[in-house]
Amino acid sequence: MADTPVLDVQDLKTHFFTRTGVVKAVDGVSFTLMPGETLGIVGESGSGKSMTALSLMGLVPQPAGRIVGGKILFQGEDLVQKTQSEMQAIRGREICMILQDPMTSLNPVFTVGNQVVETVRQVKEASRFSLKDRAIELLQKVKIASPEDRMSNYPHQMSGGMRQRVVGSIAIAGSPKVLIADEATTSLDATIQYQYLALLKELQADTGMSIIFITHDFGIVAKMCDRVAVMYAGRMAEIADVRDLFNHPAHPYTEALMRSVPNVDEEVEYLYSIEGQPPALDNLPPGCTFAPRCPYVFDRCNEAFPDLIQVGDGHSATCWKLAGK
Amino acid sequence: MQRYILVRLTQGVITLLVLSMAVFVSSHLTGDPALYLLGAEGTQEDYEQLKKNIGLDKPLPVQYLVFLGNVVRGDFGTSPITGQSARDTLMERLPATLELAGAAFLLTLIVGIPLGVLSAVKRDTIFDHIGKFFAVLGIAAPSFWVAIMLILLFGAILGWLPTFGRGGIDHYILPAFVLSWGGMAGIVRLVRSSMLDVLDTEYVKFARVKGLPERMVIYKHALKNAVIPALTFSGLTLAGLLNGSVAIEVVFAWPGIGRLLLQGINQRDFPIIQATVLAAGLFYVVVSLVVDILYAYVNPRIRYE
Repeated sequence: MADTPVLDVQDLKTHFFTRTGVVKAVDGVSFTLMPGETLGIVGESGSGKSMTALSLMGLVPQPAGRIVGGKILFQGEDLVQKTQSEMQAIRGREICMILQDPMTSLNPVFTVGNQVVETVRQVKEASRFSLKDRAIELLQKVKIASPEDRMSNYPHQMSGGMRQRVVGSIAIAGSPKVLIADEATTSLDATIQYQYLALLKELQADTGMSIIFITHDFGIVAKMCDRVAVMYAGRMAEIADVRDLFNHPAHPYTEALMRSVPNVDEEVEYLYSIEGQPPALDNLPPGCTFAPRCPYVFDRCNEAFPDLIQVGDGHSATCWKLAGK
Repeated sequence: MQRYILVRLTQGVITLLVLSMAVFVSSHLTGDPALYLLGAEGTQEDYEQLKKNIGLDKPLPVQYLVFLGNVVRGDFGTSPITGQSARDTLMERLPATLELAGAAFLLTLIVGIPLGVLSAVKRDTIFDHIGKFFAVLGIAAPSFWVAIMLILLFGAILGWLPTFGRGGIDHYILPAFVLSWGGMAGIVRLVRSSMLDVLDTEYVKFARVKGLPERMVIYKHALKNAVIPALTFSGLTLAGLLNGSVAIEVVFAWPGIGRLLLQGINQRDFPIIQATVLAAGLFYVVVSLVVDILYAYVNPRIRYE
């Protein structure tokens, strides 16, 4: 079982067709996700992390956005070919997602109980009477104190951390095989964030689900993930085991990202930052998208986008520097 | 919540008091009422006598208090034109107006809200453009003109619908539609824009993420939030339907208080004018109160503050 990936994304391309041109938000992303594995996707804002996630959910913003190429094989079935109603049956039950902002993920005009119960009703064939019990059980799972009383609360009566727990309980209601956490803890303060991450780990151990962790925080990656994919300008820069990536970053972008994480023991006058700006996604350079900012750039980099080059066991990166010479 | 209602109730009473003053003063602004009542043949003695009889010799504040006392007891005086009690005349005409306003209001909500939702969901399609055209026309075209055009089309040319008077259901169609169009257009635009805002929120995205069918995402999660601004507007619309009904009632010869008011003004029939204006004011205040309570019901963030 551990040999077949639960999710196999191949050369995924999600483009936006706007008045000013085609924005290539996701442009050839490939990765696999094993059962029970935690994959981190890191990258700066606008690198296509969230669009990759929305593509997996079948929720690319309409009508401008469209998946124009590639495959998303979920347990062998290609999700790109599914209709909206088929995808709706998959959302919640097979793949679910925790959004970035707990303050706004819950509907302000319905009680927490209402929102958990409606999800349970949607994703499980449960009898009418057990819906409420199941909802309370879910709230217990995410460690909400006295869940019976909390059912009648409105979101604005809860703290941010508690709301994000409720969101978590909704996300696991259908026992999904893949859970995508899109910057799920970014807006929480450090202590609450730590608790929430621990909770997710616990739920994962419980259910055996795979988690895709979208973040720009390397600390979270180190703590949570088995493998990491680094994205830059809609493409995969590097993918590796978490230790490998931290110890031997192969792609110049990853290397630069690592250097920009401040170190507590070091005293510096200025924090390191990568020169320049990420390219506009509607006007990408012909070669490597990182070439204009790369310290190692040479002729070939401006000619074609690099292939994914294997540098170790399960470790590959898209950089011509690795092709030898 | 009780405090909230109490505050609104007090505000409503103050509004009505101010309105009653305005109404009272207005009857003295257009000339000496006694002179008017007396007519051309009266003598100076008759004039003094009349003034004494109807209390016009007393100071103005005292006159106002007497007037207010009568109004509170439901006595608006007797119409000098018809010799009937103004209250009875009002009560006779009120049901016709309330029915028409009610029908127009139902039409506003039943057509306006779904049309607004559809315009937002099918944004920038032909459907949205037709909705926009319909709305702009409804806001821009004067209702009496629309009324005349529709009478011409459906009454005179096609002969499908009755064009005047109160009667069966078919009598309501034209006047109710014309009366509701402006407000309906407003509701369509308002629901459309608030719906577009709501469809962009994280909680709507999350509702989709957790696997709810699109129908539930839109009609449960998005709509309840989108109607909150429309609710306030629809309250004002309902109250405005009473004012709007003056022109409509005249064009369609509808036996309601709008036409009564116009007759009253033409004949300087002050008891009738006062009764009608105060009734409309009371209606306005009651509707606002109901809207405020509904608002708190729909929006839990208000309820608990």
